Amino acid sequence: MATLVQAIRLALHVGEERHGVTDIFGEDVGPPLGGVFTQSQGLRTAWNSPLDERGIVGTAIGLALAGQRPVAEVQFCDYAFNAIDLMKLAGGICWSSAGDYNCPMVLMTPVGSGIRGSLYHSHSFDGQATRLPGWKIVMPSNPLDAYGLMLSAILDPNPVMYLPPKALLRAKAGPGEQIPGEPDDARTLSKMIDAPLGDRSKWRPEWPEVGDFFVPLGTARVARTGSTVTVVTYGRMVPVALQAAEQVAAEGIDTEVIDLRSLHPYDWEAIKASVKKTNRVLFLNEDTEITNFGEHLVRRTAEELFYDLFAPPKLLAGAHVPGIGLADNLEHGSVPQLPGVVATLRELAKHEP
Amino acid sequence: MTSVIPREQHEGEPTLAPELLVRIHDVMVRSRCLEERMIRMNKQGDGYFWIGGPGEEALNAPLGMLVHKGQGPQFDYLHLHYRSSATVLAMGADPVDALRQMKNTVTDPYSGGRNFCNHYSMRKWNVVPVSSPIEVQFSMAPGTALANKRAGGRGITIVQGGDAGTAEGDFPTCLVWVSRPGAELPCLMIVANNQWGISTPASEQHGEKHIADRGKAFGIRTAVIDGNDPEVCYRELKKAMDYVRTERKPFLLEAMVSRLYGHSSATGSNFITEENDCLPMFEKKLEERKILTRAQMDELRARVTQELLEASKRVREEPQPKEEDIWKHVFSERDLVHEGAQKGNGAS
Repeated sequence: MATLVQAIRLALHVGEERHGVTDIFGEDVGPPLGGVFTQSQGLRTAWNSPLDERGIVGTAIGLALAGQRPVAEVQFCDYAFNAIDLMKLAGGICWSSAGDYNCPMVLMTPVGSGIRGSLYHSHSFDGQATRLPGWKIVMPSNPLDAYGLMLSAILDPNPVMYLPPKALLRAKAGPGEQIPGEPDDARTLSKMIDAPLGDRSKWRPEWPEVGDFFVPLGTARVARTGSTVTVVTYGRMVPVALQAAEQVAAEGIDTEVIDLRSLHPYDWEAIKASVKKTNRVLFLNEDTEITNFGEHLVRRTAEELFYDLFAPPKLLAGAHVPGIGLADNLEHGSVPQLPGVVATLRELAKHEP
Repeated sequence: MTSVIPREQHEGEPTLAPELLVRIHDVMVRSRCLEERMIRMNKQGDGYFWIGGPGEEALNAPLGMLVHKGQGPQFDYLHLHYRSSATVLAMGADPVDALRQMKNTVTDPYSGGRNFCNHYSMRKWNVVPVSSPIEVQFSMAPGTALANKRAGGRGITIVQGGDAGTAEGDFPTCLVWVSRPGAELPCLMIVANNQWGISTPASEQHGEKHIADRGKAFGIRTAVIDGNDPEVCYRELKKAMDYVRTERKPFLLEAMVSRLYGHSSATGSNFITEENDCLPMFEKKLEERKILTRAQMDELRARVTQELLEASKRVREEPQPKEEDIWKHVFSERDLVHEGAQKGNGAS
């Protein structure tokens, strides 16, 4: 059973062997390191780039325009801000040329807190990413989705931003989340595809025969069914929401958890169906709360589902402070934590029509 | 005045064939007439903004003529700037399409009425969309150049910008990415140095003697040329391109050019008499060498001017985009560039 980061690697392997991926590149992406999170170990088309985010994003655009299939990586989304105008450019290539060009590239950049990453390894990027029209934005919360979203991103003819949550990279698959063809045993898989410590110059991965599996971009997943309250979330907050749901279940609060998976286009039908059922909704993410993507969803919920609501739609998000402090208390105070989610579910559930 | 390659270095070079000079002149005249028509359109209210390339024709016309034109990585990729009208006309673009973009009609093939004039996009000839932000093309160029190198043919990447934009980080990005040891890329970097950034003279902002000198630190071959002499430009561009095509390595060419109508309509777009004008300088030479007569050249200019005037009147009647058109092309349903690259490979 693959971890989330192994699932990314398996998808990239399938991408380069079967779906035309030509370049997997970025800082420390190629050998010997194979990515600071091991995400690109052993891949045939992985190469190291200069330490230059503008060059990484720009070169990916150029490769895409020349009909190649690049997967570029910015090592941490915290370092993607100096390339945001190039992202705007990529998102506008099809539109500005009235459909003369498309720009088929994947930009992967790990997001979020939870690894004690301090000020510049803890940022979220949802807010910035969803303000870039012309991009598709995805964020997996488990290995199977990580695999299926990456394969869909690779084959999409548009720029796709792939935002893996750093804190979940070692997350293991749950029941029914096995990648088709992967070994059942985690240790077997690790021996096959994880690079050894020390000298790797002679090491070659032994790839399992994994099959194709696509998560269509723009489709959410019901991670837990429930009838009392809905949590709409994605990425690192999915397991937090599921834990909170288990905690309040004993109190008779039956929580439905929607894992959005795609931030744009997003699955409004899935949100709508759940809110119409539970009549109470919490939008949950770890990005800073002012002009937060969840605010858009709150607005749309208020406008379109007002008469279905028993309680004001809630947003639980990160504090609007310049960074995430290193000390435990500072990080806990900055991004939503389990007790806060539990308290919000209780508060929402109290509301009656 | 920035010095360029001394005149004596060009002496002894064979002069270009008269037929070639006539073709270069033809493109230069057509490009100048097109820009002057668009400036007039803007002043008459037929188009909201003008920005373009009068003063770069001697550089850009030969450039367009030397392009290995086609679709896909076997052919040249062009990352142009908004002063590149002569380049695309030399490649065979219809000047009426430029008027359509000026008038932002829905028939504008480059942007469907979305973008300013001289913002070309021609996938069929590997001209990637021109964008208004200065210098971003220099960050994109290594990508197409890598595809060129991988394709294994003669195709190269040509990226062009002005002098002021080289202060952006994208310029050194290109220098670094095209000169990685053992992974050098076939990329011709061109700086059209008009010594201005809108209203700011280069002399107040740039301490380097030549912008091209920055290439030397990366082991990149460089040249500084007189961008107002089309013969010099043709010859030096050809040399640089031949080097890039065969060696599959980068070259940085700095051409000293003029900016004849200022930055854009935002600065008045009036003729600047203090700048050297490449067109009459070239015409004097053609007359002296008895390649073309004054009457022939006057007739050409008058005829093209009239043709474009009439075309602009027709373009004025063409439909504007509709409000609901904003929703078109946010996303592409097809992977056009991939299909094009495959086709290009097959045709090579």
